[in-house]
Amino acid sequence: MAAKTFPIEAGHIMMFARSIGDPNPVYYDAEAAKKTEAGGVIAPPTFVQSSAQFDPDYFLRPKIGQPWFGSGKNPTGITRAPGGGGGGGGGGGGLHAEQHYEYHRPLRAGDVLTATTFPGKTWEKEGKRSGKLVFSESVTEYRNQDGELVVTARGVGVRTERPVEQPAKKEA
Amino acid sequence: MPLSAAKLKVGDVHTARLVEDLKRTQIVQYAGASGDYNPLHTDEIFTTKVAGYPSVFAHGMLTMGMTGKMLTDLVGDGRLTKYGVRFTSQVWPGDTLDGSATVTEVADGIAKFTVSTRNQDGIEVLSGYAEARVDP
Repeated sequence: MAAKTFPIEAGHIMMFARSIGDPNPVYYDAEAAKKTEAGGVIAPPTFVQSSAQFDPDYFLRPKIGQPWFGSGKNPTGITRAPGGGGGGGGGGGGLHAEQHYEYHRPLRAGDVLTATTFPGKTWEKEGKRSGKLVFSESVTEYRNQDGELVVTARGVGVRTERPVEQPAKKEA
Repeated sequence: MPLSAAKLKVGDVHTARLVEDLKRTQIVQYAGASGDYNPLHTDEIFTTKVAGYPSVFAHGMLTMGMTGKMLTDLVGDGRLTKYGVRFTSQVWPGDTLDGSATVTEVADGIAKFTVSTRNQDGIEVLSGYAEARVDP
């Protein structure tokens, strides 16, 4: 995920915290957050993933005037869906296999980050439930307005040969 | 409240219910907040007819976010130094998830944990680790 400018906005943090079911006031109440150890509104640990909103080329967001692979009149808006349906941490289709974060300093409302992504290793494995698996790694450095490293993120995406078979479930 | 090292010992297990009967709307909410609009998570028609899955399923990052809430509730705000996971099985609408964090080491002001989240059938959907600064 690359973004030249990733503004850390209080309203965005509030919506993100709601979506993960976290009512902690440190994510939305500036007055209450002042009295905490954090000293102000901060972002939850996985918030930097939403830098996707500020990546102009992020491929899992419909773009104005461009075809989109989700359903409308037809089950998909393009003749061939990318890969197994597109997705996750990898490029070009697949699923999110791993995500790792290192936190160097708190991420605060009002910070303005820059996200720079570096490609990592790729490797293959034979999967029991989805055929051949192709893994690809990327590392993203998030720096603040002072050039300080705030978060280092390492994501691993996986492309599967076929949809993942589900483990046997107990019948309810 | 930040954690104190004196109150932690190796093997301690902290657990929390992360979500009960996960709703499709919460998955939509996460898509909107995170900016990951992959139709696999919100578009039942695409997901069943084109991608070949039985229904839409949650973003791995939603599970990581919900598991992260358990961790920040445990260690305090802004205290995590590392948090990483593997997504080991998919999470579906209707799932109920329980998380656990087990203390593996406490030294030099850092507490280390293994982290696991399981669904109502006992299947592990997320497996990982976390580290946090703790008070003496």
